Amino acid sequence: MKGNVIKYEKDNIDTDVIIPGQYLKIHDYAELASHAMEGLDPSFHSKVKEGDFILAGKNFGCGSSREHAPIALSHSGIKAVLALSFARIFYRNAVDGAFLLPIEIDENAYQNISEGDEIDIDISSNQIKNITKNQSYQMKPFSEIIGKIIESGGLFKYKPD
Amino acid sequence: MNIVEKILARASNREKVSPDDVIFADIDKVMVHDVSGPGVIKVFDKLKKQGVNVDKLWDSSKVWVAEDHFVPSAEKISAENIVKLQNFTKTYGIKKHFKYGMGQYGICHTLSHEEALVLPGEVYVGGDSHTNTTGALGAFSCGLGHTDIAYVLLNGKIWFKVPETLYFKLNGKLPDHVMAKDLILKIIGDIGTDGGAYQTMQFGGSGIKEMSVESRLTLCNMTTEAGAKNGIVEPDQKIVDYLTTRGAVNITLVNGDSDAEYAKVFEYESSEMEPIVAKPFSPENTVVVRDAPNVDLDKSYIGSCTGAKYEDLEAAAKILKGRKVKIRTEVLPAAISIYKRAMENGLLKIFLDAGVMVGPPTCGACCGAHMGVLAKDEICISTTNRNFPGRMGHVDSQTYLSSPLVAAASAVTGKITDPRDLD
Repeated sequence: MKGNVIKYEKDNIDTDVIIPGQYLKIHDYAELASHAMEGLDPSFHSKVKEGDFILAGKNFGCGSSREHAPIALSHSGIKAVLALSFARIFYRNAVDGAFLLPIEIDENAYQNISEGDEIDIDISSNQIKNITKNQSYQMKPFSEIIGKIIESGGLFKYKPD
Repeated sequence: MNIVEKILARASNREKVSPDDVIFADIDKVMVHDVSGPGVIKVFDKLKKQGVNVDKLWDSSKVWVAEDHFVPSAEKISAENIVKLQNFTKTYGIKKHFKYGMGQYGICHTLSHEEALVLPGEVYVGGDSHTNTTGALGAFSCGLGHTDIAYVLLNGKIWFKVPETLYFKLNGKLPDHVMAKDLILKIIGDIGTDGGAYQTMQFGGSGIKEMSVESRLTLCNMTTEAGAKNGIVEPDQKIVDYLTTRGAVNITLVNGDSDAEYAKVFEYESSEMEPIVAKPFSPENTVVVRDAPNVDLDKSYIGSCTGAKYEDLEAAAKILKGRKVKIRTEVLPAAISIYKRAMENGLLKIFLDAGVMVGPPTCGACCGAHMGVLAKDEICISTTNRNFPGRMGHVDSQTYLSSPLVAAASAVTGKITDPRDLD
């Protein structure tokens, strides 16, 4: 899965900046996408392209249970968020709803991947290739259940053993 | 096993579970509100198009619905969401629908305890992150998103990774000027907003025994701000009495074994606790009130599931009695039952005499939804739970989180004020 990186060198990017509370009444996915990241980066909507990735620090998506957050990012074109760590509800919403991949990375990848870099994520080998810089990094493997839900295409398509 | 492991073992039909085990837990209670409900309805619509049968819920008697975030309807989209909820509960035969303007209604988490909707030992999931609140009753209470709640509504179960438990031991009774809110802010300041991530935060010790049920609810409510999966307190006679008064029957207490294991134990001495505020823009950004910045406040907000229970209003009234507010101050009781008790016991008169505006139960400005949101550069002291950028309104507004005592004292002076320092 190839795409370009939009980087926010910031920890604790919370659901209130990913999709501010005033928009929670909205359930039209395209309209939610038009307000994605509004609280942190008002230029996000104009610069994001289909297939892009977000790169951020630790505890991405902390705060509310609003599924609007992964929905707004996913319908903006974001296919994966790479972060040092994720808050739990954002993480499971992203996976169970099959909106985007939450990829846990290490400090090395976080420091070395820059805004605009083209990267290639291979979840079968847990490898991230930086095509722009000709580097590669390891991602943290998904736990067994998360891997299976992702492979199934979301919780509703997953058949427990 | 500790209390959470025992509850999750029972719910997954296993003799024993340990941290990191992945289980499918049978769910005892489910809640949706006017934000997550329409989200779930949207998931149902998608499933229907994919050929999934969504004609019946697994058990509509275990589901309850609250109207809280955008009520009274802020504008036409939120009014339409309320209509959607009404159609949903009618279609699926959900009887427990707390409609605003029709008797008891309020913030979903407040109703969970005020109406005794959740009992000790149950597994309760809600479409809202502060579902953790109800763990104070001795239940496993956990917030989920729309897809997960839709899955629960159709299947009656959901997957969990059994969490590790952080045990917070509180020794002794809190001083009169210190509330549970100060304690949980202190803990979040110490461990950080991801300090409890994916884990349980359990509270115990003599300080918890001394503590009222409502104070325990405040502690569990804000475990969400430390990233915890759930917060919990082992239930005792106070919980039984509290729930029985509210009509609950057949209460069975589940407690941890004497050899229960915890990932880490933290200890706090109550006598050393001080009033605390969390500065913008994070609940972990804490400082003792007497060391807080000397800012001119624009508003004091006493509301939300965190800070507008009866005991919270009582604390605010103790400060505001016979005094006048110097800044715009809003009190929004978290449920009609609390509003009514506050009226009967004279609290509302105290607030109105002090110049406070008393509003209806709503999540309202706590999440920047409506009714009292902040303008650019406005500074608010608030009994709510989050102060991220834009949380209560404009992205350049600021919120300081505090106890109701501190919010009321600050309303009187217009500065962030320790209740001990009032004239």
